[in-house]
Amino acid sequence: MSTQPPHTTTTDAPLPPRDTLLRMFLQMSQTRCFEETAARLFTQGKVHGTAHFCIGEEAAGIGVTAALEPQDLIYATHRGHGQSIGKGMEIRRMMAEFLGKATGVCKGKGGCMHIADLSAGNLGANGIVGAQLPIAVGAALSTRLQKLDRVVICFFGDGASNEGTFHEALNLASIWKLPVVFLCVNNQYGMSMHVGDHVNVPDLSVRAAAYGIPGWSADGNDAVAVWQAARRAREIARTQGPCLLVANTYRIMGHSKSDNNAYRDKAVIEQWKARCPIKRLRAWLLERGLASEQELDALSARARHDIDDALAFAEASPDPEPAAAFTDVYA
Amino acid sequence: MREITYAQAIREALAEELRRDPAVFFMGEDVAAYGGAFGVSAGLLAEFGPERIRDTPISEAAIMGAAVGAAMTGLRPVVEIMFSDFVSCCFDGLCNQAAKTRYMFGGQTAMPLVVRAPAGSGTGAAGQHSQSPEAWICNVPGLKVVAPSTPHDAKGLLKAAIRDDNPVVFLEQKLLYRTKGEVPEADYTVPLGQAACRRDGRHLTVLTYGRMVARCLEAAERLAAEDGAEAEVLDLRTLVPLDREAVIASARKTGRVLIVHEACQTGGFGGELAAVVAGSDAFFYLDAPVRRLCGADTPIPYNPTLEASVVPTTDSIAAALRDLLR
Ligand SMILES: Cc1ncc(C[n+]2csc(CCOP(=O)(O)OP(=O)(O)O)c2C)c(N)n1
Ligand SMILES: [Mg+2]
Repeated sequence: MSTQPPHTTTTDAPLPPRDTLLRMFLQMSQTRCFEETAARLFTQGKVHGTAHFCIGEEAAGIGVTAALEPQDLIYATHRGHGQSIGKGMEIRRMMAEFLGKATGVCKGKGGCMHIADLSAGNLGANGIVGAQLPIAVGAALSTRLQKLDRVVICFFGDGASNEGTFHEALNLASIWKLPVVFLCVNNQYGMSMHVGDHVNVPDLSVRAAAYGIPGWSADGNDAVAVWQAARRAREIARTQGPCLLVANTYRIMGHSKSDNNAYRDKAVIEQWKARCPIKRLRAWLLERGLASEQELDALSARARHDIDDALAFAEASPDPEPAAAFTDVYA
Repeated sequence: MREITYAQAIREALAEELRRDPAVFFMGEDVAAYGGAFGVSAGLLAEFGPERIRDTPISEAAIMGAAVGAAMTGLRPVVEIMFSDFVSCCFDGLCNQAAKTRYMFGGQTAMPLVVRAPAGSGTGAAGQHSQSPEAWICNVPGLKVVAPSTPHDAKGLLKAAIRDDNPVVFLEQKLLYRTKGEVPEADYTVPLGQAACRRDGRHLTVLTYGRMVARCLEAAERLAAEDGAEAEVLDLRTLVPLDREAVIASARKTGRVLIVHEACQTGGFGGELAAVVAGSDAFFYLDAPVRRLCGADTPIPYNPTLEASVVPTTDSIAAALRDLLR
């Protein structure tokens, strides 16, 4: 499995507008800060349960969401803080959900593995690996039957591509030519299993060929390249039918908070830390004169402030009422 | 006797059966180098190697199907489904294939496979990682269902399950993994289908299993200390096959029955237990209606306070016992 994929930022395709680029930088910084804060809360014993962090994978989420239109829909993964922030979810209510509070976006009943905000077009993260793929096909079918101008983006991981649901969903979407982008965040691990051990193809995007749909990969640590690829994928989905885009990146953190990374080489983790997508975007913006040091520092500071604010909001929020356990079981 | 944890007991059972019978092998997601999501299989890879301790991709349907095929052709697979909630992802392999093949083929094949799957709430993992799915499975003829409550039983029942010629779903109790108990070093099995009386009593009977056993025992002690009433606590250990004789005998002896399980009430295994009591001659000895105390009919919520509130607690069990005595 190639670790340095071919598709990096290209001059053949349009670049994101400057305000989009700055928003991407802000949201990637917010995501990083959100997760570092969440990790600290675990260490302090303030949160029960688990969380899956996308530290180092921010470009693969936010490069995509930044390329969407507001009416587009996403299905996030369990590692979906970046995807959710990128789709415009309120960070305060995400943090409150993480802390299980009544003000959480799912009223404290789903937690961060099930973050969803239908009003923001995030149809939800899933705890069942691969479950979102056929569901996304349904949302794309509904888009078609209701004649709406929107695209469904279905995020999933490299590991999820081995569930039967992946294959059934790609086939169904392909024969019905539905407006859905299957967006694989290949962070090279399904829990402890390296992608080179869990699939027998050199590049996950070749799986698209089995369904007769376009498939290609992008450098998932290059936010601009991801944006360009996602833009193209969106256009294909809107005008022709499904496609498979693979954003190649790396999972820096353990799978979840209880993972000590015993199954992999720590030196490789360090190499990938050095390829930080946030630093990379920052350098690119500076190099091209699209932003100044001061502007970017201000955005980083704003990200920090937004997360502190979200945490203060969440901590001050009440727990759900006991009766909340019994509501929403049925409509 | 030495004490080991519930997780260690399961690991020992696996290791001993792997050593004893070359037909046994173990596969599942992240079970080899990672040692399983709950660390249960840590160290097995080093002893038995990657041929017999197999990491699989995230493909539950393929794991279960492959277990069926291997079991039909001379092996005795043990598979781990990382959370029991995910048996839904391999329901066909389990319920239509593993369970029914022998019957439909007129007994031509046995189906010696074990599905290990951690069950239960209390870990803050919300609706899709916290269920107690035994009722889904108990409704399928051909499957055996086990839910051990102690390290001793976990080891003995798993060894019996691996030696059994039928598909056995072995529901491990996540929150018991770190609990300790006495476990003999010599080879032993606990036969499937035998309940264990954990506390002798004459005023009422508690029918329970899995992680609720400890809570029922605590509640029973409280009742004895505070109300002077003696509750008999029967740990079913195996749900299918069920030790009906033990259930009926205890109900007949005490005349009052409380059924406690963590799984949701509606369509739950408790209904079956109530029917076993009511449909037997124990019915004529009952002094009160049979009562169930089960998990609420809701998914498991994320917030820890809510999560704890939807399953029976020592308090709610004690209250139900008192109610039953009235
Ligand atoms: C059906 C199912 N099987 C297994 C799991 C346990 N699990 C949760 S995430 C995960 C790894 C998923 O890998 P991938 O799809 O690559 O996503 P990543 O975690 O790398 O973001 C596993 C095995 C699950 N939640 N659901
Ligand atoms: Mg992955």
